[in-house]
Amino acid sequence: MTMREPFEQAVQRHGETVLRVCRAVLGPGPDAEDAWSETFLAALRSWPGLDEGTNVEAWLVRVAHRKAIDVTRGRARRALPVGDLPERESVLGNPGERSREVWSAVAALPERQRLAIAYHHLGGLPHAETAEIIGGSAVSVRRAAADGMKTLRRAYAAEAETDGEPR
Amino acid sequence: MTPMPETGAVPSAPTHESFPLEPGALETLHARLAVRAEEEGLLEVSYRTLDSPVGPLLLASTMQGLVRVAFEREGFDAVLETLAARISPRVLAAPQRLDDAAAELEEYFAGRRRAFDLPLDRSLSSGFRAEVQQHLPEIAYGRTLTYREVAELVGRPRAVRAVGTACATNPLPLVVPCHRVLRSDGSLGGYLGGLEAKSILLDLESGGVGAA
Repeated sequence: MTMREPFEQAVQRHGETVLRVCRAVLGPGPDAEDAWSETFLAALRSWPGLDEGTNVEAWLVRVAHRKAIDVTRGRARRALPVGDLPERESVLGNPGERSREVWSAVAALPERQRLAIAYHHLGGLPHAETAEIIGGSAVSVRRAAADGMKTLRRAYAAEAETDGEPR
Repeated sequence: MTPMPETGAVPSAPTHESFPLEPGALETLHARLAVRAEEEGLLEVSYRTLDSPVGPLLLASTMQGLVRVAFEREGFDAVLETLAARISPRVLAAPQRLDDAAAELEEYFAGRRRAFDLPLDRSLSSGFRAEVQQHLPEIAYGRTLTYREVAELVGRPRAVRAVGTACATNPLPLVVPCHRVLRSDGSLGGYLGGLEAKSILLDLESGGVGAA
């Protein structure tokens, strides 16, 4: 059986997860937003033919991975003048303080740690599947994700301390 | 092996709350997606909700026109699932696509509109039901007919029960005015939106309420 669920449910249920994945991969900004849009647009296109038993979230995360690659490649071409860029504001127009800190801390991680966190921790893909996407072994993905999370935790622990002390 | 440092009060398992998104981020992206989907011809069923004197309404349209108006008691989720199964699962909330329909309904409830001028997609009905529903807009605002009179109007005077079914399964209530059909004894008969809704609409049309 092919998919009979309203697509809107996929956006409601998995929109946030896909945005977190895109942000972790591409940084908090218009690139992540573009990847999110391209992901859901491609998903909408394929939706009616999708098997009903598909793990929709994992499928969307894999689509997001491909779209993130496209966006990264597009960055190189972005230097060319573009005639009619659509007018829009960034959804990051006025991010919360904490949100901004977290995403810049993620962006500061080494690439492999960032990608492991994106696809495994945030996207929910198993270590082995994440390894297929970002290369290396499941074990190395596990280590990269753990190292990245450790760095993030340390950053927050340090932050919590400084926040509490008078300067 | 690197020794695991003590992390104290910091949670050991990452949760999505540790990676917060700003409020409204998804809404902005969703609205943009609806625009792109429409540009690419992928917005096969768009919908929005609307508050009204007869409770929240769900309005859905295809590229052809308004395809469904639903009352809350029908269950919006169930209605959307039916649309996904019968028309296309490419269903997306896209309020701007239903601006015209929402505006006309608001005017109607405010007593400022007596007939609807909206493109309709009648593909959810077929056969005799569709035929009956096509004739219902001939019953003018503020007037009512009996099920029997409607049967006569469509040239099937004995099909009174079938007319009742056609009214009960009208996918476009309000816009296709099945609420203007009553029993021969003057009682309300049935209504998809409930009898209270039916009498609110009849009151409205008799000038009882809301002549704003």
